[in-house]
Amino acid sequence: MAHGDNSKEKIVYVGDSRVRRGNGFITPPDYTAYPGKSEAFIPNFLLKEWMVGVVVLVGILVLTISEPAPLGFPANASATVIPIPDWYFLFLYQYLKLPYASGDYIVLGTLGVTGVAFGSLLLAPFLDTGRERRFYRRPIASSLMFLSLAAIIYLTNTAWTEYKHEMAETGQIPEDVQREEKAAENRAKGLPTTSAVQTKEIAIVDKDDPAMALYKQATCISCHAVDMKGGGGPPSLRGVGDTHDKEAILAIIKNGQGQMPPMYDTAMSAGLSEQDIDSLAGWLAKQKSEQ
Amino acid sequence: MFKNVYNWIDERLDITPIWRDVADHEVPEHVNPAHHFSAFVYCFGGLTFFITVIQILSGMFLTMYYVPDIINAYASVEYLQTKVAFGQIVRGMHHWGASLVIVMMFLHTMRVFFTGSYKAPREMNWVVGMLIFFVMLGLGLTGYLLPWDNKAYFATKVTLEIANSVPVMGPVLKELMQGGTIVGAETLTRFFALHVFFLPAVLLILLVGHFIMIRRQGISGPL
Repeated sequence: MAHGDNSKEKIVYVGDSRVRRGNGFITPPDYTAYPGKSEAFIPNFLLKEWMVGVVVLVGILVLTISEPAPLGFPANASATVIPIPDWYFLFLYQYLKLPYASGDYIVLGTLGVTGVAFGSLLLAPFLDTGRERRFYRRPIASSLMFLSLAAIIYLTNTAWTEYKHEMAETGQIPEDVQREEKAAENRAKGLPTTSAVQTKEIAIVDKDDPAMALYKQATCISCHAVDMKGGGGPPSLRGVGDTHDKEAILAIIKNGQGQMPPMYDTAMSAGLSEQDIDSLAGWLAKQKSEQ
Repeated sequence: MFKNVYNWIDERLDITPIWRDVADHEVPEHVNPAHHFSAFVYCFGGLTFFITVIQILSGMFLTMYYVPDIINAYASVEYLQTKVAFGQIVRGMHHWGASLVIVMMFLHTMRVFFTGSYKAPREMNWVVGMLIFFVMLGLGLTGYLLPWDNKAYFATKVTLEIANSVPVMGPVLKELMQGGTIVGAETLTRFFALHVFFLPAVLLILLVGHFIMIRRQGISGPL
């Protein structure tokens, strides 16, 4: 097949398929210039290379056992976390913080230097077209690469040092460490160790109570929503009785809390009486997640 | 039995030359650490491929548990990490392998650069190799978001801001990756699709090209 109709050979050996000698290019010396020392890829060489592979594999496994992959707390847009990319992007991240690579000069940072650096790396064979292969005989290419390596090492180190410093200054502990400590604490107490957001629905207690109508009438509904789940800023009132008793709820209605303004007068002008507000607070205090 | 089956297929498809070409090609002395220890620098390419295989296999097992939506992503990773038998090992291999593959690929690139192996006639293979490098960085970038913890979320926000600052293309690129106006559910599914389908597909095509070119051209000669 594929060797002409006259081929009588049962097995056609393709053999080595190196490029043919051309003119103008220094062909590397033929492998057969080292008789007896070159060897077949399979199985001779691959078995030896597999030895190196095994060492690497054992290395990875040791790493996975001694240093479990980190996991922090679930993503939360309002958390205060110092953003940090994976380590191999640190040099770029740090570079784009430099005065002439950020702010008004951001285009120079993202497209200018970075684009030229990665572009010339991509097209290196077409920029460095000399025949010489030894790095010390191509001073321009080699020195540019050494310079880039030095810059990468410096920027990576600076980024990491600054991150560590910022963490220490703000007193933050990496979240993966926090999560593991919290899980260990909870494990010791026999509590669930998960940090995942629990999405179990908390039911409204005594939904048919007249206070539900008061809740709507007193305009609580406009922030805490008709289903009492709140949303965005205002918290859910389902299960509010777990953390607040009747007096605390009354105090919040009268004085407000955080973003919430005092609502007592609003409720009064909406037609509620002192009695109504009292029973509304009592009903809210009964909102417990566990019956 | 096996021989008969093999011969039956070989008569029809002539498969022998394909694998004999792979099996019998010579490994020259100057790249063989058994003869010159310093030749270990020629192992980095093979090790990059080896770790890539580990990444593909461990990634396939991770998708058995991972759920790419913002409510369950974290919980599924946490479950995998803390409850599933050997889940910590498989996730650990994928996590550390992601770093190691960058290290190995970097060392391989440096070897090729400083031995001048990218020179004629191997220019195209260097370009393909650099494209593989960029795809790998893309895989690292998209994979970083998937656990959906705070580190992942805020790093991705910053990354997309940087993408946004690129003139003309930036805002388009950001919206394409983000899938909306905020880093949210759409971003996670897009990064998941890129990480699991698009980029690996591109990577495999580039790898095939890389290897075919190495077989065509042979490894570069000794200095």
